[in-house]
Amino acid sequence: MEENRLVRETGMDRAFTWFNYLFIGLVTVSVLYPLIYVISASFSSPEALMSGKVWLLPVEFGLEGYKAVFRNSEVWIGFGNSLFYMAAGTAVNVVLTVAAAYPLSRKDLRGRGVVTLLFAFTMIFSGGMIPTYLLVRDLGLLDSRLAMIVPTAINVFNVFVAMAFFRQNIPDELLDSAKIDGSSNFRFLISIVLPNSSAVIAVVALFYAVDHWNSFFEALLYLSDENKYPLQIFLREILLMNNTDMMDMDLVAEQKRMYMSELLKYSLIITATLPLMILYPFIQRYFVKGVMIGSLKG
Amino acid sequence: MMYRIALWNRTVSKEVSSNWQLYLLLVLPVAYILVFHYYPMYGLQIAFKKYNLVKGISGSPWLGFDHFERFFTAYDFSIVLKNTVQIGFYQLIAAFPAPIILALSLNYIRMRKIKKFVQMVTYAPYFISVVVIVGIIVQLLSPQGGIIHHFIKLFTGQSINMMAEPAYFKTVYVLSGIWQTVGWGSIIYIAALTAVDPSLHEAAVMDGASKLRRIRHIDIPGILPTTVILFILEIGKFMNVGFQKILLMQNSLNTRASEVIDTYVYKVGIISGLPDFSYATAIGLFKSVIGLILIFAANQIARKVNDTSLW
Repeated sequence: MEENRLVRETGMDRAFTWFNYLFIGLVTVSVLYPLIYVISASFSSPEALMSGKVWLLPVEFGLEGYKAVFRNSEVWIGFGNSLFYMAAGTAVNVVLTVAAAYPLSRKDLRGRGVVTLLFAFTMIFSGGMIPTYLLVRDLGLLDSRLAMIVPTAINVFNVFVAMAFFRQNIPDELLDSAKIDGSSNFRFLISIVLPNSSAVIAVVALFYAVDHWNSFFEALLYLSDENKYPLQIFLREILLMNNTDMMDMDLVAEQKRMYMSELLKYSLIITATLPLMILYPFIQRYFVKGVMIGSLKG
Repeated sequence: MMYRIALWNRTVSKEVSSNWQLYLLLVLPVAYILVFHYYPMYGLQIAFKKYNLVKGISGSPWLGFDHFERFFTAYDFSIVLKNTVQIGFYQLIAAFPAPIILALSLNYIRMRKIKKFVQMVTYAPYFISVVVIVGIIVQLLSPQGGIIHHFIKLFTGQSINMMAEPAYFKTVYVLSGIWQTVGWGSIIYIAALTAVDPSLHEAAVMDGASKLRRIRHIDIPGILPTTVILFILEIGKFMNVGFQKILLMQNSLNTRASEVIDTYVYKVGIISGLPDFSYATAIGLFKSVIGLILIFAANQIARKVNDTSLW
């Protein structure tokens, strides 16, 4: 938003600008502070943390918290499972989403409206937790890794995002000329549409990947074998249910143990969020694009 | 006449057969939607039955509205419904406007670098998992060394354990929700604001309008369609108060304020020693139907009041 800088701002406008910057500053600090605090706390010593010495930066910098995190076998099991669910799940997601979105984006597809409505209706009404649970159980998927992949195979919102993208970015002329050349639909999809759709595929894949990494309730609902638990379940146990008996801590003093378990929680929070936070600056603009594409559809 | 029908039939089957590959692509996705989204809707009927594991959904005997009567007269019903409605309302009043305000404010920040920085910072919490978010909340509010607890103690002189007091539950829930989503939620409004015709602003500046007047007369009408649609969607989700987060934030001390319909369904229907699937489904159905009514009503009202609506 450009403004003519030669025009002097009125007093009221100057005050507005001033307050605006102040407001934005406050918002930024409020969002940033808890994050910075958690990071700093995770790198501090247990004693400094519990005696309230940590305000903004680490005090008595150390890696004790992280050492305890990595000594925990549950963390490793969870990490491995989460990576698997994220990789396998996202692959399935993207394939099925494109398989749904591309045909639905084609104006010359008979019955397109009905199928689109079929998909859209699920966004405002659903069977609910119990019927879905019973279905998963009746399909024999309870306590299987497939339960983390199949029931959530398609997110209809992402289908619509991809559909909107295909409609806008694959011109009819391209399709017409391909048909004249005798290309089949499959061929067109694979050799022309997909290579030109890397943007939306990336966005959709990222949306799904983040959802997989962060998902916890599906695991809580469907899984009972600890070896299949994703990281989020172990996180819940350690962070919220004070379940730290699997901790391999060779500390004797009761108080030191309590301090350590608190420090561990901060380090665990950072470790669990780290993969996303590292990627975040790079992929942030893809997500923003995805929301834009999705909103244009609406 | 017969000729025209025959011709039409031939055209249609030609269109269908020439695109058979596209239909093939749709087979798996449609199968998925039918199995995992529509079949559970068929399963909803057990809300009116006495579900028997052995007999299955179709074999179980009909019961009518018994489960609903049971729910409405249950001791907990009023508390659970009250909590759900209160949290939903609080959420609508406080959390819906927040991204709008942020977007309007950001729109007038001239320095691009600051704008980009603020956006990057505020989008970040959206990607943190709900478990970690609640973990952070619990840690920061903890009377044993939590930094926010410390600040509260400084300002009020009292040691308040916010997670243990029912009175504070809704506030913690809604405020932490705003913290997490205000940045992400503002994206769509920022997009709408940039779509506003710049010449409108130029003309306003020429006429000597202050920024506040410009916000009132140009920006807000500019984002009104988007706002209305999103608001309708929010109302449809009204009863769906973030079940996972509430489940994680619940403890034995704050249940009086934290038990909502979905957590109640979860407790009665899944983790109870003797899960009553029919009963739990009935409650869930009640909630879904209310949500549907709300979204239809909101859409109708929007249609009457202005010309933007969801459908």
